[in-house]
Amino acid sequence: MNSREVFTDLLVNGEHQSVEVERDTSLLNALRSLGLTGTTGACEEGECGSCTVLLDDTPICSCLLPAVVCSGKRIVSIEGVVDPALSDALIKHGAVQCGFCTPGFIVRITALLTEHEHIDRDRVREELAGNLCRCTGYEALINAVLELASPQDTRQR
Amino acid sequence: MSLTSTIEPTVIRPDVGPKIDGSFSFSNDESTSGVVYGAAVRSTVAHARIRAVDPEPALQSTSVLAYFSAADVPGELLVGHIIADQPVFARDVVLHQGEPIGFVVATSQEEARRAAALVRVDYEQLPVLEDPASALANTAPILHPEGNLFRRVSLVHGGPIVPAEIEVEGLWQTGRQDQAFLGPESALAIPQGDGGVTLQLATQDLHADRRQIARALDLSLDLVRLELSGVGGAFGGREDITCQIHLCLAALRLGRPVKTTYTRSESFLAHPKRHPAKMHYRVGADTDGTLRYVRARILLDGGPYASTSAPVTGVAAYFAAGPYRVPTVDIVAEAVRTNNPVSGAMRGFGAVQACFGIESTMDLLAEKIAMDPVDLRLRNALRPGDVFPTSRQTVGVSAPVVELIERCRELPNPDESPDIEHPYKLPGGAGCTTRGEDVVRGVGFALGVKHCLFGEGEPETCEATVTLSRSGVEVWSAAAEVGQGISGILAQVVSEELGELPVTVRTASSGAGYAGSSSASRQTWMSAGAVKEACRNLRSQLPAEIDLSERTTLESVGDRKFEAHAVYRAPETEAGDESGAGNVHVAWMFVAHRAIVDVDTGLGTVRIVQIATAQDVGRAMNRLEVEGQIRGGIAQGIGLALTEELCSEMGLVTNQGFTDYLLPTAADMPPVLIDLVETPEPSSPYGLKGVGEPPTLSSAPAIASAVRAATGAAVSRLPIRPEDLVLLT
Repeated sequence: MNSREVFTDLLVNGEHQSVEVERDTSLLNALRSLGLTGTTGACEEGECGSCTVLLDDTPICSCLLPAVVCSGKRIVSIEGVVDPALSDALIKHGAVQCGFCTPGFIVRITALLTEHEHIDRDRVREELAGNLCRCTGYEALINAVLELASPQDTRQR
Repeated sequence: MSLTSTIEPTVIRPDVGPKIDGSFSFSNDESTSGVVYGAAVRSTVAHARIRAVDPEPALQSTSVLAYFSAADVPGELLVGHIIADQPVFARDVVLHQGEPIGFVVATSQEEARRAAALVRVDYEQLPVLEDPASALANTAPILHPEGNLFRRVSLVHGGPIVPAEIEVEGLWQTGRQDQAFLGPESALAIPQGDGGVTLQLATQDLHADRRQIARALDLSLDLVRLELSGVGGAFGGREDITCQIHLCLAALRLGRPVKTTYTRSESFLAHPKRHPAKMHYRVGADTDGTLRYVRARILLDGGPYASTSAPVTGVAAYFAAGPYRVPTVDIVAEAVRTNNPVSGAMRGFGAVQACFGIESTMDLLAEKIAMDPVDLRLRNALRPGDVFPTSRQTVGVSAPVVELIERCRELPNPDESPDIEHPYKLPGGAGCTTRGEDVVRGVGFALGVKHCLFGEGEPETCEATVTLSRSGVEVWSAAAEVGQGISGILAQVVSEELGELPVTVRTASSGAGYAGSSSASRQTWMSAGAVKEACRNLRSQLPAEIDLSERTTLESVGDRKFEAHAVYRAPETEAGDESGAGNVHVAWMFVAHRAIVDVDTGLGTVRIVQIATAQDVGRAMNRLEVEGQIRGGIAQGIGLALTEELCSEMGLVTNQGFTDYLLPTAADMPPVLIDLVETPEPSSPYGLKGVGEPPTLSSAPAIASAVRAATGAAVSRLPIRPEDLVLLT
């Protein structure tokens, strides 16, 4: 451990983890160094949303935040998201191609569905605009969300 | 099974579960004990002589292990998957910004990048060849001993052009588009005890990479083993060598595993992009719109190295006259060397640029004779049995151009005026600054055509092996799963041929036989062909007591294991003769797009209201995946039309990040109406055709056409910029 490195305590997916980081190591890289490689990074400048995780229930780009400032907050990464209904909807609509953006979208969508019981197509498009997908053209992702949150849908989530 | 029915998918693609739960291993997720990290030292200038390189400042860090450069390359310094003209490391000169000069290895990725930035390179700047139009002038800097021309293709048929009743002329231009796959280049090289190396990587073609690595490292092919890791998209951008040789070289020299992951800005500089094009079109017709001739001059900016410039030039030329009956063509396409970023393969591969040229000129013709642009296309559309205008091949039965036009035109049209009440529905979106008083609507239409498979006489084979044991069927193939779903399709082929058995598609590796690249709308055709034949070979060697139609099949296999291999050969093609005529392409893919747009003529912003498309897919192997390709390809067409351009000034890129290289987002994406037109292709497995490229061909031209219809602006270049729409006189 060189002088630049510090230990920080992170609460990830309900578990306390101690991780060795530099003061400017991003939360993204800290999570990946813990073996939580489901969170991906495509730009590391907060533009693509691939690295989205929940920080105290709010979706954020984990590439932009130093890990050391996340100590004491609740972090949920893709490994901590279990939502069979969402998985089924993504598969049914063909929303996964290369899959690089998928974890970020799933975390984002999870927050969206928690926040809004009902949401219309225009709003979903705006809400998902912070996450880039290069393969699917988004419509399958949008349709998967609408299946779970459209006003017509009466199922309890 | 009837040839006209869509094959119903019975298999969920095997990669989807791990991609959803986060356990899927992308190339950047690979690791192993003792791994160290590399970072390339890259040219900061576009054209210079290298006077000296001093790596000492980098080597002073205790975390830095080594520096490698051209002097360390034991084999051939030059690589390239068609023409070997690109150095593994620049030695004497650099010809573009971002060209690799050396490779620093350190104990962490961050340390390697920091150290790479410390390597001192002393440049003697040379004149930058920026404008492709001056590349062949006597005064231009010479960038290669054989001159600055990559290839010139001339297609001349039907005698000299004679003046027609109606003539129109247009100058058209398309920008430099980046594939912008989301998973940056990354790989892990692991040295092996036998003097060889294993490379886990994201690529489109394992065998093309292996050949180039072995050549540069002076190793026999069997000592270079490639395993496909998770590929975060490709779109043509992973056909060329980037980090592969650097990593293998470093791993072998250091005797330890070496990994690298590019940053986004490095990725923008490292792989070739779509060729920027300048096109001069002249089209002659009768007063009723019947085409008499197409004359086109197409100039492609290839950047300094060959990559795929030669075949891209051929494709641009062969599809420059569109899917039309044209008695006389006079087409010249050329690609030239410049000091701009290297150009190569991207979805559509030259046909995208040509499509914008011919379709825009067709719109001029429709306007001049006051004819409905869709009717004009219908009048001139190729029919089965017609002669393809450029290669003079006879178009076979699978050429439903008329049907595409009619079915696309009939798709529901949101017949409404612009919705200026809802902020999300204004051009510019929720952040717009007008009340929508200048918003106008337009409708545009365009047709696209391209061949699938390589063509032009390039021999094309594909291998696959299938095994049957008590636990099910395994498929061994080197076909690269780049996100398009090939692994699911191959499993589906096994189900088609052998019945509903458990199928495992093994991770692609160079140990499986040659499959060729996942490109050119070819992999499903080629690998489905190989797996289909292998399954039939397997079936023919099974003893009578194993009846695959029975559910009990696997019990009867017992402890035995059966294996069958197949080499699928694509129908042969040939290079065109002096006029360009010949059996040049195996099959064509046709497509129609209709775009509806709202334009704010005060702001110059465009909102796409709807895209409708009818696509010729031969026969859809898997409707869900076909529609995924169509929507994704259209999204890239929208980017080409409106936002995506990698800009450069004197060879230096000015927007190498997602902050200012703008990919379409969910908010930019309109509803897409899709009609699949299934006319089975006689020469392919199951009647299928490639489906990946057509969505990117005519989507952008249709948008340009709609913007013209809405505004009256010329829209002579893509992407369309606000200033192209508001500075109208």
